Amino acid sequence: MTVAGGATSSGTGHPAPAIQLRGINKRFSPVHANRDVNLVVPAGTIHGIVGENGAGKSTLMSILYGFYQADSGVIEVGGQVCPINSPEDALAAGIGMVHQHFMLVDVFSVLENILLGAEGGPLLAPGMAAARKEIARLEADYGLEVDPDALVGDLAVGLRQRVELLKALYRGANILILDEPTGVLTPQEADRLFEILRAMRDRGVTVILITHKLQEIMAITDNVSVMRAGQMVAHRETAQTTREELAELMVGRKVLLRVEKSVAAPGDALLRADGLSLIDAAKVTRLDGVSLDLRAGEIVGIAGVTGNGQSELLEVLSGILPPSRGRFTVHDRAIDQDHPCTPEEMRDLNLAHVPEDRQRMGMISAFAAWETAILGYHCDPAYTGPILLKTNAIIDDTDGKMARFDVRPADPQLTSDSFSGGNQQKLVLAREIERQPDILLVGQPTRGVDIGAIEFIHQQLIDMRDAGCAVLLVSVELEEILSLSDRILVMFEGRIVGEVAAADADARIIGLMMANAHEKAETEGAAAHG
Amino acid sequence: MGEDFLLIILTFDATIRVSVPLILAALAGLIVERSGVIDIGLEGKMLAAAFAAAAAAYATNSAWLGLGAGIVASVLLALLHGFACITHRGNQIVSGVAINILVSGLTVLLGISWFSLGGQTPPLTGDARFKSLTFPGAEAVRDIPVLGPIYSELLSGHNILVYLAFLTVPMVWWLVYRTRFGLRLRATGENPAAVDTAGISVIRMRYLALILCGILCGIAGSYFSTGHGAGFLREMTAGKGFIALAAMIFGKWRPVPVLFACLLFGFLDAIAIRLQGVELPLIGEMPVQFIQALPYILTVVLLAGFIGRAIAPKASGVPYVKEH
Repeated sequence: MTVAGGATSSGTGHPAPAIQLRGINKRFSPVHANRDVNLVVPAGTIHGIVGENGAGKSTLMSILYGFYQADSGVIEVGGQVCPINSPEDALAAGIGMVHQHFMLVDVFSVLENILLGAEGGPLLAPGMAAARKEIARLEADYGLEVDPDALVGDLAVGLRQRVELLKALYRGANILILDEPTGVLTPQEADRLFEILRAMRDRGVTVILITHKLQEIMAITDNVSVMRAGQMVAHRETAQTTREELAELMVGRKVLLRVEKSVAAPGDALLRADGLSLIDAAKVTRLDGVSLDLRAGEIVGIAGVTGNGQSELLEVLSGILPPSRGRFTVHDRAIDQDHPCTPEEMRDLNLAHVPEDRQRMGMISAFAAWETAILGYHCDPAYTGPILLKTNAIIDDTDGKMARFDVRPADPQLTSDSFSGGNQQKLVLAREIERQPDILLVGQPTRGVDIGAIEFIHQQLIDMRDAGCAVLLVSVELEEILSLSDRILVMFEGRIVGEVAAADADARIIGLMMANAHEKAETEGAAAHG
Repeated sequence: MGEDFLLIILTFDATIRVSVPLILAALAGLIVERSGVIDIGLEGKMLAAAFAAAAAAYATNSAWLGLGAGIVASVLLALLHGFACITHRGNQIVSGVAINILVSGLTVLLGISWFSLGGQTPPLTGDARFKSLTFPGAEAVRDIPVLGPIYSELLSGHNILVYLAFLTVPMVWWLVYRTRFGLRLRATGENPAAVDTAGISVIRMRYLALILCGILCGIAGSYFSTGHGAGFLREMTAGKGFIALAAMIFGKWRPVPVLFACLLFGFLDAIAIRLQGVELPLIGEMPVQFIQALPYILTVVLLAGFIGRAIAPKASGVPYVKEH
């Protein structure tokens, strides 16, 4: 075994890998999160790690970053055994990490955030001056422009991510771990990020990219490792593999990546919105004159970057919030600020809602599955007598739902939070879909859901459409919108900025609409087509 | 004019005296809350320090040793709070309230058992108290109009803890905004996960903040019994720890506004003392109880409506647990 000096030493022969993990094990009491994991990441490459939610990717990276300690196993950095017991050790070994949820202080400036933990002395002033220079250099080298004096809380998500990258580079990281970095980005921002990552690789930085998006793996990585159920199941050179193979390795069986569906046959408009606006308590306009029609037998997809009014649109249409201006009709019932309609009345109008955040709005974590399975419909005489709940009937009913929707484990007595994300979502879907609504509002149906369950959930939505239900689908996963929708509306800053028929939908154009830069793009696009 | 002016000066003078423990305690609260720990036990720490300082000063006949004992008592309680709610992630409010109740009983119990004076300590005299410092020339300039009384009454003639308290304001400001410790402290209160991933121990930061809080509360408590007063009386802190918390919120967790909030509350207190037994035009003599309640009523009014939105450090009151 050779011992190389630095992690990026590119001397003669075989340089030591930037990272080598051997036999990593980690248990969180009942869960064996990492089981004998081995991994070799060659220096100066972009290495992808894919796996479903709960496959143990994040745990593995947290161990590498010293956030958790492995129960057993060896970490080598640059060919040398390097015990990493804290983020401090990881930083000292040149490992930086950009977490999925940014580790930034909103009320601090960019500069203060970068300085935190690398202040360069007990007083701030000298360190700040030095940091300004260094940041200017890093910005120029990697194309990471950001105003060092801006307050992080005021920055867009893409810029915050740059602050995270700068933070890692400022500490001299030459191995960079990114955990699901594109989840919150528009396709264009993601492309920009990939350019930056390539620039880093060209300067000898080793990048480890954790993601569940296979197209990103194919687009940018040199090598890819697949995790399933806590184990490393395969290592591939990206050029030698395909999305289909990776998906199969992740799930352990063949998976349909594209949903099969027939052409829609839309009927009458069941829900019509006319100029809906919502102004929140802080006087911020969240929805701005949204008009749309939702017809029976079609799926309308709402695309957009998180936080552009999609959540508010769902909340208004489901009766949770009354609109500040404008009106909408559900069947023949007109709803506006002076004539609000509660979510309960909405259910009576045969409108069902699968909320975006199932943990917060779709279920109650501490409730048993059978309780979650009737939330909102608990006054149905099938479930309750005049005083007492018909517990046995509800449990039988839940048993049936669990069987039909393949919820595992199929035990109605377990608390709701003991199910995985996908199974929770299937339970919530079962609750709403089995009422056979005419109108179904669905938010982020596959967020935190593994690939196998995604396939099932998508099929359920298509089946609802084919049965004549009007489906409104809100998702930040553009791929999901593209594969399910019959019509696509794009939201930006509370407005609908574009509408595209599914047949001529183009991810690039929609991506530009999501950043509200499509007018320019349309002309470019026309030029490209012409 | 002379009489009225002197009266105003004396009211300000009293304001300064009663503001001292408020300033120290409010800054103590500011430091811990900036680190993400709520400390409702400022009151208890001050009371314990007041008792420890008086007892030690009586036993050793040294105000300085008394101050040391007060600080030690207060820091120990701060560490107890830390052990409960940082190490064991207990509820911070419950821990603070428990400390307040514990101290309220314990000081009286120990007082009776050691001194048999119904919970008080014997009166402190001589070196067992902090003496007033007279500035050079204070007597000589006393008769110069305006500036004379300001110098000799308002600025001169306080004990050293008073000056220390006012010095603490710029010191805390500098610590919080100009040092590495301060940057980390503020970050810990806003987003402890960011601090943790930057390779800094959140637990260590919070304990350090609590120790600083203990020291400041220790000085504040010692001031009650060995500076402002001459001996310990049961419940002698009289809710000042809570008023200090109010001043901290009123000052929006920033040292200089907190100072002014403390001075305002101190001023209300000073006026209340002045107004007792005074015949006011139209109203007549104000009931003593109303005047005594005035600072608290105004506290409620000010907190309810006049300060706008007070945004606490985001992670304040939340025990830090690594996410899984």
